[in-house]
Amino acid sequence: MKHFEIQNTKDTRSGFGEGLLELGRKNPKVVALCADLTGSLKMDAFQKEFPERFFQVGIAEANMMGVAAGMTIGGFIPFTGTFANFSTGRVYDQIRQSIAYSGKNVKICASHAGITLGEDGATHQILEDIGLMKMLPGMTVINPCDFNQTKMATIAIADHEGPVYLRFGRPAIPNFTSTSEPFIIGKALMLNEGTDVSIFATGHLVWKAIEAGHRLAEQGISAEIINIHTIKPLDSAAILASAAKTRCVVTAEEHQLNGGLGDSICQLLAVNLPLPVEMVGVNDSFGESGTPDELMKKYGLDAENIVSAALKAIERKNQISSL
Amino acid sequence: MDKFSAQELTKMSSQVRRDVLRMVHGCKSGHPGGSLGCADFLTALYFNIMDHNPKFQMDGINEDLFFLSNGHISPVFYSVLARSGYFPISELASFRRLNSRLQGHPTTHEHLPGVRIASGSLGQGISVAAGAALTKKLNKDHKIVYALMGDGEIEEGQNWEAFMFAAHHKIDNLIVTIDLNGQQIDGSTKEVLGIGTDVIDKLKAFGWMVLEMDGHNHEAILKSMEIAKTNIGKGKPIFIVMKTEMGYPVDFMMGSHKWHGVAPNDNELANALGQLPETFGDY
Repeated sequence: MKHFEIQNTKDTRSGFGEGLLELGRKNPKVVALCADLTGSLKMDAFQKEFPERFFQVGIAEANMMGVAAGMTIGGFIPFTGTFANFSTGRVYDQIRQSIAYSGKNVKICASHAGITLGEDGATHQILEDIGLMKMLPGMTVINPCDFNQTKMATIAIADHEGPVYLRFGRPAIPNFTSTSEPFIIGKALMLNEGTDVSIFATGHLVWKAIEAGHRLAEQGISAEIINIHTIKPLDSAAILASAAKTRCVVTAEEHQLNGGLGDSICQLLAVNLPLPVEMVGVNDSFGESGTPDELMKKYGLDAENIVSAALKAIERKNQISSL
Repeated sequence: MDKFSAQELTKMSSQVRRDVLRMVHGCKSGHPGGSLGCADFLTALYFNIMDHNPKFQMDGINEDLFFLSNGHISPVFYSVLARSGYFPISELASFRRLNSRLQGHPTTHEHLPGVRIASGSLGQGISVAAGAALTKKLNKDHKIVYALMGDGEIEEGQNWEAFMFAAHHKIDNLIVTIDLNGQQIDGSTKEVLGIGTDVIDKLKAFGWMVLEMDGHNHEAILKSMEIAKTNIGKGKPIFIVMKTEMGYPVDFMMGSHKWHGVAPNDNELANALGQLPETFGDY
């Protein structure tokens, strides 16, 4: 199992903030809109350096999405910022009609996604946003795994023509991604080559998958670990190639099982390469208040759950091959 | 194209109304009531008021832009776009049919020249227009952004977010017109969800400059829009309360909400067309 150096511990939203600031410096067409959460989204540095390109919209997310759609007409690239819940569920019809169906070049940047939002509880912990966004035709859905990758993804989406949903989070987590490799939308990243099981993880669960990989290695199991930062378009070729090699799969995400990454991978495999799949995610439940670590443990989103899922997937594979 | 006079506009409006009725009759669906009510205004916008280029470019740099928020009156929008040269007039016959660019509600998805945003789900157009107007300011483009909304539509909450936003950010290159016909699907706007005090007072309280206009008199429309234009750049977005009659001027279509979303049958079409002279040739 490959060793990954933890460069530091940082929140992914800060990666977004730094990426946005860098974009502001290199691309005069980038504008930012925020719905009264400038500090939480780490958009304050952009606001300070480019006040003429920053628009405070207040607690009015529906209007923010419409204004962003309008600002594309005339050539600007709007980045909207609010929590994931208010970036998706609250404004679904605005995104659907004014952005997705209208084909507008808006970047919907969503922080505090998932259960690791923590103490604020279930009202703010959206676990359905990937599903909502991936169902929209033409929408690109990206869920980077750490600070570095979120920063690179933020910069990369400005060059992508079309609507993008960029999902990131609140807690400080290990930052390990190499910045020497470019971020390519839609390209899965091989983290560790293995032969016994394929673990496809996204967002905060990528580091948990690496932790799980070490524990599995201690048991003599060779796990292939792949970071799926782009859920749509899905890197079908990379997923099918890995699954064809290991013959069993684990998916891991901080999202409902229904509608998330696992759901997309199950569709892909069911049609092309039916194999045992075990899914790590939230199982048809709302979250609750607690610290991020407590919640990840309680809702089954820990390295331990990925290890159990991998063992079960391998067991199912072995049962099939012994038939 | 030279700007039409008030008299020429009235002639063109008659043709546009014929288009509306024939389009809706042709596919047996669509929204004739509001389309007829807004025909005078939209004709005036596209044949006189706006500085626009029928060689359509999505970004619309250095030209006036128009956004239709109440997308269900697509028949009148499509007619004025075709009649002012955005696409062939004959294409109006494809309205609401399979594989058409003239979808039931306007969309950019089929790349119909003249349409810059999808609308239909109500309450979204003013936000979009405000965004486009902000972009004009950033681009130092001194042209104007126009938008039209329905009066039933004002019940959607997003409008009020947009009203606050445009006033707060002093988006003073934006002219929004409301089609005040007093009707919506379930009855009069007063019966369905009265907005209490006058819409004029409400918009003034939201920080907009408000004008009133008779939506069925071209001289009045041109005069009011001229006043609106002289108030561009004075720190406030502009709201025009346009009084219209749904179904105007077809006698049996006026005075109720009945013709909001119903197509005329053959006899009704003949009766209505008999009241509207063919002035520029039917499609």
